[in-house]
Amino acid sequence: MRYIANTEADRRAMLDAVGVSSLEELFNDIPRQVRDRYQPIGLPERSELETVCKVHKLAPLNAAWEQYTSFLGGGVYDHYIPRVVPYVTSRSEFSTAYTPYQPEMSQGTLTAMFEFQTLLCELTGMDVANSSMYDGATALAEAVFMAERIAKTDKVAVCRSLYPHYRQVLDTYCQATGIEVVEVPYDHIGRYNADSLPTKISALVVQSPNTFGIIEEMNGLKERLGAALLIVAVNPISLGLIAPPGKAGADIVVGEGQPLGLSPSFGGPFLGLFACRKQYLRSMPGRIIGRTVDAQGEIAYTMTSQTREQHIRRGRATSNICTNSTLCALAAAVYLAGLGAHGLQELALLNLEKAHYLAERIGSLPGYSLAFSGPFFNEFVISVPGDPQSVCRRLARDKILVNNPSSLSELGVKQALSFAVTEQRTKEELDSLVNALRDIT
Amino acid sequence: MKTIFDAKGKREGKVLPALDVPQQGLEKLIPHSLRRSRKPRIPALSEPELVRHYTRLSKLNYGVDDGLYPLGSCTMKYNPKVNEDLAQLPAFADAHPLADERLVQGSLALLHEASRYLCNIAGLSDITLQPAAGAHGELTGMFLFNRYFRERGESKRKRMLLPDSAHGTNPASATTSGFSITQIPSGEDGMVDLVALRETLDETVAGIMLTVPNTLGIFEERILEITQMVHTAGGLCYFDGANLNAFLGQARPGDMGADAFHFNLHKTLSAPHGGGGPGSGPVAVSQCLVDFLPVPRITKDENGYHLDRNFPRSIGCMHSFYGNFGVILKAYAYILLLGDDGLHAVSDNAVLNANYLQERLKKTYHLPYDRLCKHEFVLSGEKLGQGITTFDIAKRLIDYGFYPPTVYFPLIVREALMIEPTECEGKETLDRFIGVMEKIALEAKENPELLRAAPQHAPVQRLDQTRAARHPILTYPFDELPE
Repeated sequence: MRYIANTEADRRAMLDAVGVSSLEELFNDIPRQVRDRYQPIGLPERSELETVCKVHKLAPLNAAWEQYTSFLGGGVYDHYIPRVVPYVTSRSEFSTAYTPYQPEMSQGTLTAMFEFQTLLCELTGMDVANSSMYDGATALAEAVFMAERIAKTDKVAVCRSLYPHYRQVLDTYCQATGIEVVEVPYDHIGRYNADSLPTKISALVVQSPNTFGIIEEMNGLKERLGAALLIVAVNPISLGLIAPPGKAGADIVVGEGQPLGLSPSFGGPFLGLFACRKQYLRSMPGRIIGRTVDAQGEIAYTMTSQTREQHIRRGRATSNICTNSTLCALAAAVYLAGLGAHGLQELALLNLEKAHYLAERIGSLPGYSLAFSGPFFNEFVISVPGDPQSVCRRLARDKILVNNPSSLSELGVKQALSFAVTEQRTKEELDSLVNALRDIT
Repeated sequence: MKTIFDAKGKREGKVLPALDVPQQGLEKLIPHSLRRSRKPRIPALSEPELVRHYTRLSKLNYGVDDGLYPLGSCTMKYNPKVNEDLAQLPAFADAHPLADERLVQGSLALLHEASRYLCNIAGLSDITLQPAAGAHGELTGMFLFNRYFRERGESKRKRMLLPDSAHGTNPASATTSGFSITQIPSGEDGMVDLVALRETLDETVAGIMLTVPNTLGIFEERILEITQMVHTAGGLCYFDGANLNAFLGQARPGDMGADAFHFNLHKTLSAPHGGGGPGSGPVAVSQCLVDFLPVPRITKDENGYHLDRNFPRSIGCMHSFYGNFGVILKAYAYILLLGDDGLHAVSDNAVLNANYLQERLKKTYHLPYDRLCKHEFVLSGEKLGQGITTFDIAKRLIDYGFYPPTVYFPLIVREALMIEPTECEGKETLDRFIGVMEKIALEAKENPELLRAAPQHAPVQRLDQTRAARHPILTYPFDELPE
């Protein structure tokens, strides 16, 4: 087997040193009947070439994406990824390292994660961030667990305008642990209805921009929550333009980091973003990197606040998370440092302008109109004449991909489609979509 | 250590495409109250600056490609390069998770086939690929157990049994899911004490979480008795798969009595660990838990593959989408590369390497549990004298260019050094490591200061951890004055 360096002679010598006569003898501690029951998969050993060919045979069963125009969103966006991002993350010193348990040999990862935490705090307006969670949905579920620990109330309020996949994961986590989830409805603007905030909750979860693309108004919200925490889920690109949640008094900010230089990759690996106020540091889940000095007084970085974590505190840890998404966080840091604050703002602006151009063009078609009147970022909902599923299918024939309307329908937005627009969509592509919609009606 | 925030340069030049639609202006599109008033302090590095910064950082790191990485229970094996390329194939990398399932049949076929291989390796009925890491798999398993007992009207089963050698994630996953922990002591042979186990089994026990082989690297020889006892008492058996490398291709958790078993694809099945993640922790289950598996499940019929949500008894969703596809793809390719014989060769060589190291090193270091090990073993650093600790040994190893083993775990061995060489290391490397370990033991006697002052040949010296904890600096101190 080609990933094994031992030769037959090596094995012989090693067996002799151990004092056993065969490899099999090394496995005598596994009950005979267990070993006898072993059933092979039925796979031959393959050369690299044969393996590549087999995997390549599956690839064309997927759509040839370069022929499609995508308006898919829902937290996963088709942003351009500068080549420098995968170049850096593919450096094997980063990619083939483990969690930085030995800081003296891990200053690369540690420094980069310290930078990432700083970038995330700058973006969100929060005091502290961890060095990542699995994805947006699990980051949110952990935030709700954290709020429950802090507020000691096992009821959480969630805006209905949350991404359905966030909500499903949150419901799963809460159902398993006995946390009650109550809903806050949305209004005609597409925002949460501020008149119907429940009481005696550990936290309110608001997403902005929300699943309809609408930017929520959160001024004064925190004050109305009393002891309950404000958890805000964000799209990091939008924060190039939108006020950071920290300014609105958010206690915990979470989000999906995929837009920051990660490919869609059929849903993973992604990057769970997690930041909070300093006062809640001890309740925070995940790895936190801190700055300190070495024996010579030189600045160096290390995992810190580890008394929160499972390997020290075991059953009383703030979370069970161990492996996270460090390499994805590295990608995000490279992506942001390549853009800079100004570049990020410009990028967000491109998304904003193009989305609004498209929305207005579609909205001017007979029978089409914006479903909500609130301000939106790069995704929006359009009421369509006729059955949205059939519109969706017709567009697919023109190789145009739009979000499946069923998730909108489940949220009570009938006869509607949502569209996401990134900097990658050209005017020509936007116009093609408008023309296709016109032809359908 | 310089960071991107120390960069003084201001990048110029065109980064983004020009706006090709009529401009409306931010003022019109977003009300002032919703806008950012202050730009985030994100530096703009030129591409050469950026590449040089991260190249420099990379050189302060140590990965498997740099050399031996004997981190116990982490299975730091070589990551085949071809898998990286395959994961970047545009057909897979550009597939949006919300695309119509008819357009992602290739991705679904891959996940479906990977599921079949993994079920086979586990010897279990079905699997979810959603968990994004081992601990996430444990949590999924605990949620499944929870649901199982609730549906059976046995909600009083709230106690999870854990050997005292368990990984820290195990108790954390169990308590997060609402179980209480009962610790089971290990016997003198390093295995679960069956008498203690029998005494605690009653109608309040939900199950047991076992790592097989355990974190001492010892296979629970009475595994069948253990699982049978728990099953007879009405409990379920969870197997932590961190140590699967010990019997990959030779034995199956399902045949040992596991009801749920998580893989660590980033350990056993060669996906790189990325300096802390992403990982992937699929959970395979026995028949009694299949109905509760997370949705969507990937099913197949005459029309192709489907993301099927129609499982009313499911616990729900554990991940935004379908798990870490890119990581699963690498594990899938690895299984294809190795085939059955290759998988068998993995555990053969991993166990041989570990036993060889153990046999040679026990002459110099204290081996608390002296018996054949599986893929890893645990030494103690406590008998070197001169007040030398395992911490000192680990730091001295850095001076010799090796990543240190896992230290101070498992907790049941004082001054533990947990060593896992994996199958990828050849005898030559192992002999070199043995030579260095022997030299360090000698240094401990003759010149202990060398150990206490280590590392001297690393990018940084020992860190002040107390200061890091007492005076946390968790973001770049922008306002700090230069010294």
